[in-house]
Amino acid sequence: MNDLSTNWNATPQAGVGRRLLTRLTGSGVWRSVFRHGWIRTNRDRALTIYSNVFLHIHPVKVRKSALPFRVTFCLGGLSLALFIVLTVTGILLMLYYHPSAPRAYEDMKDLEFVVSSGVFLRNLHRWSAHLMVITVFLHMLRVFFAGAYRPPREFNWVVGVMLLVLTLLLSFTGYLLPWDQLAYWAITVGTNMAGAVPWVGDEIRFLLLGGNTIGENTLIRFYVLHCVVLPLGIVVLMAVHFWRVRKDGGLARPL
Amino acid sequence: MKNEVLAKFDDRNDPHGITRRRFFMGIGAGALGATASGGTVVFMQYLEPNVLFEPPTKHVVGVPEDYPITSVVSHPSIRVYVVRTPRGFFALSAICTHLGCITRWNEQAGQIQCPCHGSRFDSSGRVLAGPAPRPLDHLLISLADDGRLVVDVAVVVDPEYVLRV
Repeated sequence: MNDLSTNWNATPQAGVGRRLLTRLTGSGVWRSVFRHGWIRTNRDRALTIYSNVFLHIHPVKVRKSALPFRVTFCLGGLSLALFIVLTVTGILLMLYYHPSAPRAYEDMKDLEFVVSSGVFLRNLHRWSAHLMVITVFLHMLRVFFAGAYRPPREFNWVVGVMLLVLTLLLSFTGYLLPWDQLAYWAITVGTNMAGAVPWVGDEIRFLLLGGNTIGENTLIRFYVLHCVVLPLGIVVLMAVHFWRVRKDGGLARPL
Repeated sequence: MKNEVLAKFDDRNDPHGITRRRFFMGIGAGALGATASGGTVVFMQYLEPNVLFEPPTKHVVGVPEDYPITSVVSHPSIRVYVVRTPRGFFALSAICTHLGCITRWNEQAGQIQCPCHGSRFDSSGRVLAGPAPRPLDHLLISLADDGRLVVDVAVVVDPEYVLRV
């Protein structure tokens, strides 16, 4: 520990690499962006987290008892990793996919048989989506059985339920986009379920479909929901979710 | 002591009643509320399409002589069964009342069956089994001027409706 926290000042005997590093981290540009030196003291380590808009969502310190695999099974982290995979592959798939009735099915087929690595990307997107539903669900089970939904974490459980719903809605809206028979009938059944809501069911169904039957309007609506609205919502809620883990006292430790 | 100081600056304790600050706060909040509620209405209207490019709902299904008496004839492309009984014609929607799958007429069983969740109906559309909550819709069937049968899939009629030819 001691040698890690020693300040490495560049002495005339220091190697070229260390002297370059010292010059770099001492420069005005570096200081304007990072506001701390190269990570070598515990203070720098803490500042790395504190002064970074993305990292500050994460706790500065994690208890050792929260680290073993069996505490979390990494399920939350796996869900996040899958979401990142889905975002990257989804953006790449968007480059070849036109959300219009004459093109959607053909573009999906082109991705399978014509586009280089298209089949790989599509399957990566598809399997990651299936896996994400599974890991999010298992994550919920883990939190439940660890009693981690209890105060002061009860609001984060609610945020987690919203994230589960958004995950399922992303799956559902993505289901229509291949525009094949499976997609058509799955969305027929799904939107008819929405139609079963008392009083406003038919109106909800009409708004979801953008009409009375699945058609061009439905495809573009589901595409916008799948690629813009729901991902934005899930990113915002994920930020709140992670930040609340820190604010609510870190991971619930084994009793 | 602290509370006394705070109370002095609390508008609610002001002896002059409504202060200028509260007045303008009220106007501001009212304007925001009106804008938000108006915006919500306009937004909901925007989401609801005014013009739909959907397939026509009226379909010609041949002439009465095409149908033997006591028969169920399936028209899968328009999702309709035309049923002829000794009493006359009626048209059944082939869309399952459970979750909207397309049902199939099973000649051997004399039943209309849904492949999705196993609902079964008799040739009048009444539920025999399965999760379907209500009978199949009866649709408007009529005779056009040229003597051909026309089904309008958008018009649901009373189950007693029968077209006599």
